[in-house]
Amino acid sequence: MLEIRNLHARIGETEILKGVDLVIPDGQVHAVMGPNGAGKSTLAYVLAGREGYEVTAGEALFNGQDILAMDPEDRAAAGIFLAFQYPVELPGVGNANFLRTALNAIRKKRGEEELDAVAFLKLARAAAKQLAIKEDFLKRNVNVGFSGGEKKRNEMLQMALLRPGLAILDETDSGLDIDALRIVAEGVNALRDGKFSALVITHYQRLLDHIVPDVVHVLANGRIVRSGPAALARELEASGYAGLEAA
Amino acid sequence: MSTTTETAIQELADRKYKYGFTTDIPMEAFPRGLSADIVRLISAKKGEPDWLLAWRLKAYEAWLRMEEPHWARIQHPPIDYQSLYYYAAPAKPAPKSLDEVDPELLKTYEKLGIPLNERAALAGVAVDAVFDSVSVATTFRETLAKAGVIFCPISEAVREHPELVRAYLGSVVPAGDNYFAALNSAVFSDGSFVFVPKGVRCPMELSTYFRINARNTGQFEHTLIIAEEGASVSYLEGCTAPMRDENQLHAAVVELVALDEAKIKYSTVQNWYPGDAEGRGGIYNFVTKRGACRGRNSKISWTQVETGSAITWKYPSCILQGEGSVGEFYSVAVTNHHQQADTGTKMIHIGRNTTSTIVSKGISAGRSNNTYRGLVKILPGAAGARNFTQCDSLLIGNECGAHTVPYIESRNASAKVEHEATTSKIAEDQLFYCRSRGLSEEDAVGLIVNGFCREVLKELPMEFAVEAQKLLAVSLEGSVG
Ligand SMILES: Nc1ncnc2c1ncn2[C@@H]1O[C@H](COP(=O)(O)OP(=O)(O)OP(=O)(O)O)[C@@H](O)[C@H]1O
Ligand SMILES: [Mg+2]
Repeated sequence: MLEIRNLHARIGETEILKGVDLVIPDGQVHAVMGPNGAGKSTLAYVLAGREGYEVTAGEALFNGQDILAMDPEDRAAAGIFLAFQYPVELPGVGNANFLRTALNAIRKKRGEEELDAVAFLKLARAAAKQLAIKEDFLKRNVNVGFSGGEKKRNEMLQMALLRPGLAILDETDSGLDIDALRIVAEGVNALRDGKFSALVITHYQRLLDHIVPDVVHVLANGRIVRSGPAALARELEASGYAGLEAA
Repeated sequence: MSTTTETAIQELADRKYKYGFTTDIPMEAFPRGLSADIVRLISAKKGEPDWLLAWRLKAYEAWLRMEEPHWARIQHPPIDYQSLYYYAAPAKPAPKSLDEVDPELLKTYEKLGIPLNERAALAGVAVDAVFDSVSVATTFRETLAKAGVIFCPISEAVREHPELVRAYLGSVVPAGDNYFAALNSAVFSDGSFVFVPKGVRCPMELSTYFRINARNTGQFEHTLIIAEEGASVSYLEGCTAPMRDENQLHAAVVELVALDEAKIKYSTVQNWYPGDAEGRGGIYNFVTKRGACRGRNSKISWTQVETGSAITWKYPSCILQGEGSVGEFYSVAVTNHHQQADTGTKMIHIGRNTTSTIVSKGISAGRSNNTYRGLVKILPGAAGARNFTQCDSLLIGNECGAHTVPYIESRNASAKVEHEATTSKIAEDQLFYCRSRGLSEEDAVGLIVNGFCREVLKELPMEFAVEAQKLLAVSLEGSVG
């Protein structure tokens, strides 16, 4: 369970999050929508522990643990995964090597046995196949020269392997073709097991056709200004965000 | 400070430089200081022929007339050459076979990860183990001898193959080449000798493992590798030393000779003790390495991963004399804390259609200084010569320095010389990306740095690439956060 209460955060002198309240019970998927610059990515980064974001008030608990006090790697080990809006390139770092290093780092922190190269490749190939990802993906350097959509698929591959308890998807659907969209949704749905939860940041209803959210929130000007059932997303697509920010 | 904290700190330091132990065995050393008499003593100890003693003495005379060079971007207090020991060796007489090697020495190399027992050894790698001033063991000699390859301590080669040594010694790096080469030529006590005859591909990787153990002792090895027509060989050297507060001098000379169609691949993983975080102690590494591509289409390839030493001063070079000959230099130099590295290469194009490639990756962290210094020289006869140079620097933190000093002298209009250089920092978003996937900050740095060095690391023989990767990560410990 993710519990965010009265979360305030700033970048430098500018306050971006101005009191976010959001609770995602186990097993639920919540969508966060909202205008450009509202603070959606900021919320995602603060939850994942990026430097440069100063939390000035409020709290965020995951399964009762104060995650704001933890290093990013410890949050990852606790089960938080962020699929980046703009995945980062790592020149010279092989994708398979990166994935295995990450997986083993997390397994080690959780007191599980590390995987050898053979066992890992078996797992990675299976996951890649599920996501209709070409195998040469594993051999290439992390995100280097990947198309926009390929980068997003690569994020999903990482998620599938790391099996988080909470996935934060920051506009993972942007730049995806229709098939990829369905595959990403299947990737998320495959993890839904009654315990896994997700915070899905998106601008479009079409993703939510495939990943049906339990709750839809609107984040505007650093606050959740409206929450409602899945139908809210459709409503927003028709009416836009006008008038919501003042609420 | 409580003793528990002290042990904790000691443990941490030991973990960072895990080769910092000393070996306790009876040693024999000559008196401190350098003189013509010491040179004579070394030569006599080795039972050398007169021509070699004369060569040493000439080098010594030359050294006396020379001055320590100061053009590199390095700083150090004056070195007192008279306070050093120029010869130190295990007191027991040299073992005749592996079975006779002192068990303490076997244990030392075992601890360093270099088992000298042939059954336990890395498959396909023959090792010459040099301990302070002498070679203590060479493995797989019989296997190599069957192929016609000579791989032995140079002191033994002087006795067993004097005509070969005499023909090639000093033919690439003359005794009076530079201050440190002259010093080495006067007092060198061992090193490896490799001879691969015409048409032979050496059946194993050859490697020399250099270990400085004794206090206040300089290590001066002289390595000579000859590949005759159509021969090929891959050679690797590794180096470590105990952790000591004083600086120790290592001034080696390496000479390579490649005849027609011959190929020599020379790889170095240099991990001499770098000194502590405050810059106390560490090895002064002043090394002259040069290869002569004498024959047509010959090739010499230098790959170096330099992580250790307080100071590194080293420019493995190629003299591209034979038509169509190829020179390569792939380098990773890492400096952390107060380390200083001034390293690079010289590619001298003499023959027609000679080509050279230089890929240098400099990584600086802490308060260290890292300089690439390179010369590409195209002589008038080198029609069609080509060079490609790429120098990338990676900075970690704000207190370190990276410098690139490329010299290009082209005296042939048909030559093509290309130079690319970049300087970057480890980006915050890269670190965060890795950490959000569960990697610790140090592992993230290690991964990114290894990626940055990929083009060089892939040139290393497989067996050593993994070791080198680990080494990179370890040498940058404590550089972030
Ligand atoms: N490093 C930064 N320095 C200053 N301002 C920043 C920085 N990063 C983000 N901001 C500002 O914070 C605000 C929120 O940005 P954020 O990226 O969270 O928006 P978003 O809701 O994800 O928008 P989008 O829908 O366009 O992705 C924006 O006004 C942005 O300009
Ligand atoms: Mg965003």
